[in-house]
Parts: sequence; C-alpha cells; structure tokens
Amino acid sequence: MSSILLEARNLSRDFPAGHQKVVHAVSEVSLQIGEGETLGIVGESGCGKSTLGRMLIRMIPPTSGDVLFRGKAFSEMKETEFHPIRRQLQMIFQDPYASLNPRMSVRDIIAEPLETWRVCSGKEETTQRVLELMRDVGLPGEFLYRYPHQFSGGQRQRIGIARAIAADPSLIVCDEPTSALDVSVQNQILNLLRELQQARGLSYLFISHNISVVRHISDRIAVMFLGKICETGPTEKVFSAPQHPYTKFLLEAVPKPDPRKRAETTALLQGEPPSPIDPPSGCRFRTRCPYATERCAAEEPLLKKTTAGTEAACHMVS
Amino acid sequence: MEMNTLEIRNLCTSFFTEKGELKAVRDVSLSVGAGKITGIVGESGCGKSMLARSVMGLIPHSGRLVSGEILLNGRDIAKLSQREYCAIRGSEISMVCQDPMTSLNPVMTVGKQVEEAILLHNDVSGAEAEKRTIEAFESVGIPDPDKRLKSYPHELSGGLRQRVLIAMAMVCKPKLLIADEPTTALDVTVEAQILRLMRKLCEDGTSILLISHNLGVIAQTCDDVYVMYAGSIMEHADPVTLFESPVHPYTRGLMNAVAALNRNEEVLETIRGVVPNLLHLPAGCPFSLRCDQCGKDCADHFPEMHSVGPGHEVRCYLAGGKEEA
Repeated sequence: MSSILLEARNLSRDFPAGHQKVVHAVSEVSLQIGEGETLGIVGESGCGKSTLGRMLIRMIPPTSGDVLFRGKAFSEMKETEFHPIRRQLQMIFQDPYASLNPRMSVRDIIAEPLETWRVCSGKEETTQRVLELMRDVGLPGEFLYRYPHQFSGGQRQRIGIARAIAADPSLIVCDEPTSALDVSVQNQILNLLRELQQARGLSYLFISHNISVVRHISDRIAVMFLGKICETGPTEKVFSAPQHPYTKFLLEAVPKPDPRKRAETTALLQGEPPSPIDPPSGCRFRTRCPYATERCAAEEPLLKKTTAGTEAACHMVS
Repeated sequence: MEMNTLEIRNLCTSFFTEKGELKAVRDVSLSVGAGKITGIVGESGCGKSMLARSVMGLIPHSGRLVSGEILLNGRDIAKLSQREYCAIRGSEISMVCQDPMTSLNPVMTVGKQVEEAILLHNDVSGAEAEKRTIEAFESVGIPDPDKRLKSYPHELSGGLRQRVLIAMAMVCKPKLLIADEPTTALDVTVEAQILRLMRKLCEDGTSILLISHNLGVIAQTCDDVYVMYAGSIMEHADPVTLFESPVHPYTRGLMNAVAALNRNEEVLETIRGVVPNLLHLPAGCPFSLRCDQCGKDCADHFPEMHSVGPGHEVRCYLAGGKEEA
C-alpha cells in the first residue's frame, strides 16, 4: 500500500438515547486509507458507517480513539491547528436535493469553498475557476447562474462534487453518493468519480449499502455490522472468497439481475440486525449467525488474518 | 386459458397543471395472469407508481383517468364511483407501499390496524377479527403474532412493519396485490426475506403486480415483465428473454448499465442525457432524445407496440416495425 493518508485507531462513538441508554454507533474501529486509494465501507442501515465517515473528517468528535492525518493525531490539535487540514477533507452527501442551498446559484455554491480558502484573488478569477470546475464535472458553463431546483438529481450531484473538489482536497468522504439516483445516472457519477480520482490523485472513503457499486469503485473494502468491522481486505479477495458468515450472507442476499439464477432455495439470513443500544455479548453477529457456539457469546472475536488474504472477526475462521 | 386477474387496456392518466397536461400514464395496456407475479420496471418519474394508483382508484386530485379500461376479473373498475371503489379496495385489490414507516398509523397498535381492514369488509365479531389477524401475522412470518398485535409501529423494525403491511393487504384474500417498491426501504438481507414471502403468496394463488426500479428484484421474482419509460410501456417479455435478448434501445441501455457494474468494467456504460420532462415530451418516441439509433420516423411519430416473438412486444420502429414493413 502507498503511504497512509488517514488512519483511524480504535475509534468509538456513543450517542445518548434517553433514559440513561446509550447507542453504541461505532465501536473500536481501526482502519487506514492510503494516498490515492478508495476504501469502501458496506453495511446495512444503522451499522454506523455514516458516523464513522463523519468522525474521520472531524465533523463529529469520537467518544474514544483517535484519527491521524498524515501521522498527526486529531486529538492533539486545537480547532485553529486543525483548520488547514479541514481543507484537505471534503464530503459528498447522499441527498443531492437537501445538500445544496436552494437560494444560492451554482456559481455561489461552488465559489464558497474557493472564497473560504482564498484560492483565487478577486471575483472574476473565482468565476473563471468555477467555470473550470463545472467543466471538470460535466456541467455546461451556461448553467452558471441557475439554482439547484432547475437541475436533475444527477446534475445536482455533479454540483456537490464540484464543490467538494474546489479546494483541492486529498480525501473525499462519499456518503451514499449514488443512492438517490437512477441506474443510468448512477453510472455517470461513478465514471466521473473515477476520472477525478485518476486526474487528481484523490483518496475516497466510499460509503454505500449498494454492494455492486462499492465493488466497482473500491480498492479495499470493510464490511461493517453493528458498529464493528467484521471483515476487511482487498475488494476482489473479499468478494471472491468471503470468510465471515455475515459477509457471505450479505453477498448472497443481493438480488442478482439474472432470471436464470434465482435464489429460491438458498439459505437466507433470518431476523434483522439487533439494536445498537444493547448489542449482544461477544460476537455481535451471533444472534443471527447459524454457526454460533457458546464461545461466540463469551468471547469477542478480533480481526485476524485469514488464509484467503482478508481479515475477519470470527472464531470459526482460520 | 384462465382469465387474467387484471387486464389494463389503453389506460391514460393525466395531471392538469398550470403549465398544461402532464401525461403520467400514456396508453398503457398490460395484463397480470392468475397466480403470477408481473413486474413493472422503470426509473423514477416514469409513471409506474401513478399506474398503480390508477388501478387502485387513488389518483391525486389534480389528476384524472382520461381514458382506458381496467378489467379486474373481467369487470371494468375504471368507471366505478368512489363508494363502489371502497367496497373492492382491500377486499379484491390491495396495495403495499414503499415506505413502511409512513404507511402505518403511529397512534394505533398494528393489530387494530389490521382488524380495521377485516371489520370493514366482513361481518364478523371483534374476537374473530383478532383471530384472523393472528393468522395473517403468522402467514407472513411475524414471530410471536399474539404479542406483536399490541405493538405500535415505532416498536417494530422496518422489515416487521413491511410484513404488517403485507398482512394487512392479504387479510381479506384479495385477488390482486399491487406491491409498489415493497423492498426499496429495506436492507438487502431483509429484502431477500420479503421477496421470498412475495413468491410464497403467489404460489398460494394471489396475483401480484410488482413495481420496482431494481432489475435484480425483477429478475429474481417476476414471471412477466413490462419496461416503462416516460409514461409508456416500451417492452414486454418474460424475464429470461428480457434480460438475455432485450430489443428496445432503452431496455438494452438499462441492462448494459447494470451488467457493466457487475462485470466491473473500468468505464461503466450509461444512457446519455436525462429523462425528458413529462410536460414537454417529444412528439415521437419519448426515448428518441437519448437514443443512439434514432431514425427519421422516431422523432415525429409515436411508435406502436408490435410483436417480435411469442409474448415479446416492443414499442420501437427499429424492431421489425414500420420501417421494415
């Protein structure tokens, strides 16, 4: 792997849930993102993948653990010291309708980071730069003074991407960037993200529940279940030989677009994810796992190397 | 041959807005065979939900069913009054919506909500209604049905709420179930459970009209598929034919877009452009603006459906239509 850009060490985040209860959204997650690399995070809703993404760019502070950007720990930095790093860490949101200010023109939306970071001198240079960014993301220049409601979902997502790359960041957290889009438009956005990565050497943390999208775009992936990483490794290794039972069921459950391969008799995962307020003891997946034993309830499995070249957190895996 | 449960003929539903007539459903004909799952696939805004609501008699106020017939077991329900519709809605046709969070009443127990449907259509006692509710919960795989009866919607997970809605829809044993994106709000492992439940309902004799934007869901469950674009049906075939030898350029584009993702190609195939505004549809084929093979007829004349094989129909001039005739 190339040099490490961002590293998470034992990151945890709890949220109060009232009545002295606590939601353990993310527990003890460690991961690394290399320069120019895409790390995909997959998991079902409520598994903590968005919370993790937000902690990595210091949008929310962790309860415990730390994040390191090029070796420097967030916890040791005051907000003023962190300020220049903020520019390096940007985000693209899921909902292209809610993440753009409806009362700002496209020019003002994309110019905002340029002005915040004083990238350009003067209004004219800023507008020139906005036009270049619009061209880079495939938006015609004549849309400069239009407002978000005049665009389709895919075009709005392009505006969000232009805003994210405006200040020349090194990492973009993409939180379900294609989930609100139709399949033909989704592919346009995925192509654009890949082009921008190649041209600018960007790193992505790509969060999605759509497994085929994550597979396409990621170099490595981490599968999350109830706030923990249960399996991680190079994308093709995880997909071709998943080791953790949850990963296996998850990949099996995706409806395949092939009517000749109907999953009418394959075993399905029963039940639904348990509550993160009171997660099961030991392995968090054990209540849904058909292979669970007494050991799984008593002892929490840690991530360890498997023979398939991935890391999995399961007592059954060798 | 057995009579089709649902037969729609030349259905048009429009909205009359300040900017003119918006044709949400445009000359749609389709049939749902008895005990079959018939799928409608299309992207957002293609009119698939409005088609479902037209069949249910639940078109929003600014819209109206302009023309066409909706035959439910041979009886035209398109011209029923609201009062007559109320008698068949829930008993003969019923619907499951996309969002199980907003389709349930938050201040009523789920048991009461299901009993309401029973008491409305059947002359039975409250105790009998409760008994039938428990049976309905059991049949859709809700664990501990007698306890779940007393739960409020917020106490249930998304998958359980969707099962409650399916139980509610099925409790009066309707002939036709319309499922509008029933798994879109659910996680994949739960989606797989609900899809299997749909197949089970179908094997028990219910005809299902399944609406989805997800080609994977359609491939896994349907016996017959219609592809919809900008309010019109573009192609109709059995799933194997549709997925392996699609004819319409739009269907081919969709299939390529999905297949490219699964083959993990470097640059993914896309369909250029965006879905046209339904207020300003082109005079000819609605797909002509995005079609790479658009010919001279395509831009000016709305193509008819024509047959290209057994049970395979396409609305395109290039598919053995006018140009070759």
